[in-house]
Formats: sequence, structure tokens, C-alpha cells
Amino acid sequence: MGMIFSLVAVIFLAAIAFMGAKLNLFGLFGVAIPYLAVLVFIAGFIRKVIKWGQSPVPFHIPTTCGQQKSLPWIKQSKLDNPSTTLGIIGRMALEVLLFRSLFRNLKTHRTDGGPVYGSNKWLWLGGLAFHVTFFVVFIRHLRFFTEPVPAWVNTLDVVDGFVQVGVPHMLITGVVLLAAATYLLLRRIFNPQVKYISLPADYFPLFLIIGIAVSGILMRYFIKVDIIKVKELTMGLATFKTTVPDGIGGIFFIHLFLISVLFAYFPFSKLMHLGGVFMSPTRNLANNSREVRHINPWNPKVKLHTYEEYEDEFREVMKSEGLPVEKE
Amino acid sequence: MYNGGKIIAGLIIFIALVTFPFYTNMGKTIEKPADPTAAADELHIGNVPIGQMRAEHMMILDKWRDEVVRGGERFITFDGDQYEKSIQNGCLACHSKQDFCGKCHNFAGVNPYCWNCHYSSEEDQL
Repeated sequence: MGMIFSLVAVIFLAAIAFMGAKLNLFGLFGVAIPYLAVLVFIAGFIRKVIKWGQSPVPFHIPTTCGQQKSLPWIKQSKLDNPSTTLGIIGRMALEVLLFRSLFRNLKTHRTDGGPVYGSNKWLWLGGLAFHVTFFVVFIRHLRFFTEPVPAWVNTLDVVDGFVQVGVPHMLITGVVLLAAATYLLLRRIFNPQVKYISLPADYFPLFLIIGIAVSGILMRYFIKVDIIKVKELTMGLATFKTTVPDGIGGIFFIHLFLISVLFAYFPFSKLMHLGGVFMSPTRNLANNSREVRHINPWNPKVKLHTYEEYEDEFREVMKSEGLPVEKE
Repeated sequence: MYNGGKIIAGLIIFIALVTFPFYTNMGKTIEKPADPTAAADELHIGNVPIGQMRAEHMMILDKWRDEVVRGGERFITFDGDQYEKSIQNGCLACHSKQDFCGKCHNFAGVNPYCWNCHYSSEEDQL
């Protein structure tokens, strides 16, 4: 149900953009909505991160996957159970860049002899391929937002197209991005356990990203748009001297509108794991709870009555009863 | 806020990365390549309208290359004249590599690999 709803929503959004282009609402779909989307993205992102920053961490809860720091002759697993900031940085870098925890993904099989646990790397591979290629595609689009185009952006384009299949040369990341996003979607559809826990908020971003990838690929290889005018528009956005050239082609506005929706939707969705991964207490705390005391910020102020104060209060009575006192 | 310093620093780095196109282009006025003068419906070599040539020239050149290299059909007749299906002896006879091809390719960050092999007398280098 959630899947159909999300699919219809994305198709509906694409149709809106297409109608907008047909009605020549280029100023709205080419300038106003993209600006608004970027604004919502940045403001929403900051708001969310600040809100998370204000949430207390009551307990010291790093997840640990190896030997913790102990006696000097016991070897510590420094990346899986870090006790220093450097270790945390290393662990976080591996997590963010290589999805290390996902690499441990297991699949359980039921057998007559009991459960059997087997390695299952497909989600890791698909997830990593998806994120890396999306990032490269994102960076590659800098050619539309810089003038002159920096040499490294051109180099990225050449490297990405180095298989030199067809013209314009096929970019590997575009194809892998679409394939990986499709895998992630099919996994939600065909894996019953994953399907059971999937919500519209899971399907919608996937359909949206698949829509963006498909419209981009169509535009590059099949339904040509006037790329010089596209860059005129995007550079107008980047320099705040907006222009809306005529005759770019409807598919471009579908692409741009879906991206605008993605940007605006981002801070309110699960996609915020971009910022959230760095703020996960299970990942960003060092396992040093025996060296450093973690104070729960929720702890109420406890009115203490120390032994010294107790003795001060009852010293005379204690002495008269023959009880030992520390101070005379 | 807890760990405010680290969070604010991270946010600043993130915003700086995301807004990169805005501050690097601050105050610039972008000169786009001059609009082409030929009308889009005018026919070009191969009886292809110039508008289509603009959009699909890379595919047409690719097709011509296959026709030449695999079929040996080296020439194309257009408007009574024979033209060679060749970048060096055909296209570049009238068009300039830098002013015609390069103008739009550079602007749009397109990196065709034609010039990995093809020679342009303009630059006198391979």
C-alpha cells in the first residue's frame, strides 16, 4: 500500500513539473522552487541537527564489537572498541566511507539442527554502490554550477566515462546508481521481512531517487535538451542573476523539480542520516566509561548531606554518647 | 546544547560544502557562448536539420564513423556536392575546433574524446 502510494506520489510530482513546463511556468519551476528547496534544505538541516544536539545522552552507550581497553597485556580492538577520540574518528570514517557495520550483516537460516548464520553482503554492496555513485553524480553536476568548469570536475567526467561506450560517453556512476537504487527497491518488495517493516517513508525516497536518475539518464542519452540553456539557467541560480531561457525541454523541469522535492523533503525524512550518523551516541562515544564518568544530564540536583556535615550537626550528642568522632 | 562546539563546527563545514557554488560565483556575470546564427530548421549535411544536428551531432558523427570504418562509405552527397565524412577533412574544413566545437563543450563541461585521435591543424598537435 505504502509502495503504491509513494509511486503514485512521485509520478504525480513528475506530472506537475511536466505540466508546469507545458504552461511555460519556467520562473516558478526553474528558479523559485529550486531556491525555496535549497533554503528549506539548509534551514531544516540546521534545525534538525541543533535539535539533536540539545537532546541529552543519559547513558554511555557505544556499541562495541571487540575487546575493550583492559590490562596492558590484553590486546585492545582499537577500531571496534575505541577508547580514544582518534579511535572514534577511525571507526566513524570506516563506518561513513565503507559501511563497516553493514559488512557484518548476517542471514539466519532455519535448519533441523537449529539456526545457521551465514554471511550476507548484498545489502552492504548495494548500499555502498548506491551512496558512492550518488555522491559522484552529485559532484559531477558541479559542471553546471561553475564557470569555468574546474579541471578536476572534467577529469571526474572523463574517468567516469572511461569505458567510452557510445556517445555521449556512458557514465558508469549513472548506470550503477540506477541499478543499485533498483536493487534497494526490489529488496523491499521481494524480501518479506523487509517488506513487512517498509513504510511510505522508505519507498518514497527510493522512487524519488529512481525518478531523478531515470530523468537524468533520459536527458543525457535519449531525449536531448539544450544543455547550453540549461547551464545558463543553473549559472543564473548560482550567481543570483536568474534567467529563464526558453525551450530547454520538459524533461529537464521534471528532473529539476524532483531534485527540488528531494532537497526540501530531506530534513524531514530518514535521509537525515547524513547528519545523524555523526550524532549517533552508539558510534561517537568512546568506550572509556571506566576511565571517565559519564554524567547523565537528566540527573536531578540531589541535596547531599555528607558525613562531615552530619558530624558537625550531631558532634556534641555523639560525644556525649561516647561515639567516636573524626574532628574534636 | 551538548558538545555544541563540535556540532557547530560540523554544521559550518557542511554548509560551506553545500553552498560552494554560491560563494565561488559571487558577483560573477556569466558569458554564455553566443547564440548560433543558423536557423534550427535549415538543413545541414546529411539532410539533418541544424536543430537536430546541435542536439545529436555526437550520435550522427558516431554513425558516420561506423559507416566509414566498417562500410567504407567515405562520402556523403548533400545538395549536389560530395562531402567527406571526416572530422579533419570534413567538419574542420568549415568549423573551428576552438571557436565552434570548444565553445559549447567547454562551457558545458563536455569532454568528447574525438581529440584523443583527431588532429586539428589549428592547434598543430595531435
